[in-house]
Amino acid sequence: MYPAPFHYHRADSLQDAISLLSDLGDTARALAGGQTLLVWMKLRFDEPRHLVDLARIPGLSEIRREGDEVCIGALATHAEIAASAIADALPVVRDCGTGIADTQVRNRGTIGGALGSADPSCDWPTLLHLFDATLTCTGPEGTRTIPVSELVEDIYTTTLKPAELITEIRFRMPPAGSGGSYTAFKRCAPAYPTASAGVQLALDGDVCSHIRMALGSAGLTTVTSKEAETVLLGNPLTETNIDKAAEAIVCAADPVPDQRGSEDFKRAVLRTLVKRAVDIAVRRCHGETIKGHHEYV
Amino acid sequence: MSEAINKISIQVTINGQNYRREVEPRLLLVQFIREELGLTGTHIGCDVTYCGACTVLVDSKPIKSCTMLAVQADQCDILTVEGLEQNGELHPLQKAFSENHGLQCGYCTPGMLMSSMALLAENPDPSPDEIRKGISGNLCRCTGYTNIIKSIQAAAKEMAG
Repeated sequence: MYPAPFHYHRADSLQDAISLLSDLGDTARALAGGQTLLVWMKLRFDEPRHLVDLARIPGLSEIRREGDEVCIGALATHAEIAASAIADALPVVRDCGTGIADTQVRNRGTIGGALGSADPSCDWPTLLHLFDATLTCTGPEGTRTIPVSELVEDIYTTTLKPAELITEIRFRMPPAGSGGSYTAFKRCAPAYPTASAGVQLALDGDVCSHIRMALGSAGLTTVTSKEAETVLLGNPLTETNIDKAAEAIVCAADPVPDQRGSEDFKRAVLRTLVKRAVDIAVRRCHGETIKGHHEYV
Repeated sequence: MSEAINKISIQVTINGQNYRREVEPRLLLVQFIREELGLTGTHIGCDVTYCGACTVLVDSKPIKSCTMLAVQADQCDILTVEGLEQNGELHPLQKAFSENHGLQCGYCTPGMLMSSMALLAENPDPSPDEIRKGISGNLCRCTGYTNIIKSIQAAAKEMAG
């Protein structure tokens, strides 16, 4: 399958990319790894007249620590993030990075591309909600920072302005003794998840002193629930409390029935994934080493 | 579609040989390899980044060449299934697939071989579970994978000497 014809422009610098996108307007798309965009173009869901290739812009794929802040360049691939020192320090990041599609896709797809596509099936947006991450975005009017929760307006629709690009993702390292887990259910490795769930928490004795929960592939955008978090915050993580919290966040979900399953099936999967994620997160808080992974048959 | 689309000049190394070509931007890497260069060992299966039949190594990393533009591969070093054989001798992986019935119809095999190459380069002695994960981006509809895993294990043993 061929995409519709387009003009190709290779950006040498961020400024170059922004001016190109700004000059070319609505008919241009930014190309990072292309693992979402090229498939859409081949299926003719999108027929841009121009592609601005960002891949050769230097300095946009760095993964580093700045004090207690984690900084991930938007062009870092899923594979690079999963193999980074950040993933060593935060197993939840490894859970997410190593679970995305398969080796081949992880070698090409980027975190910035996953965010910019605003596809609710992408894993990184869900993971980044757990850390209240911020996104550095640069456009013709300069640079601004937005919380990840404000990036996506609707399915496939971001709040980015014309010619504005995500350049970096930042979040604070959680304190020692915290634990997180991210897990997804997929029909097979290359498939998008049927549903996914992430949890990041901290314990004070057996009382939950910090909690963030998020669901992916569970609605048109990432699903979060203050109500679910309130059930657990300041309380012991008993089975009853975890059940209640799982119920609350699954109630906030609005899964779309499709070839991956009915709404009820997806709610059942989500409930299980949330409980599994809490269980792994708690055990990681206690220092246990658990290899997390996405489930598929 | 009124204005003409400019072709882009690219240079790639494939299986050790240099190629310079003018390509249309929408030309996919897999079509470049198969149709421009006639290297038809790389197969197109699903054409939507699912089945892995089109897997090739770009700068030593496995990627699905149906979801990469030829222009994105400019200046890259590419290995396809045709590059595995050396001096008329099959690569140990090819030999192992043949000897262990690691293929039936053979359609997925070029992609399987390229993913296995990358897997063994990173992990020379993988467990069956690690092999399953390593080739999880390659679908086989004939073998049930059992003999593919056996083949990769046999090749790993052979390559370790």
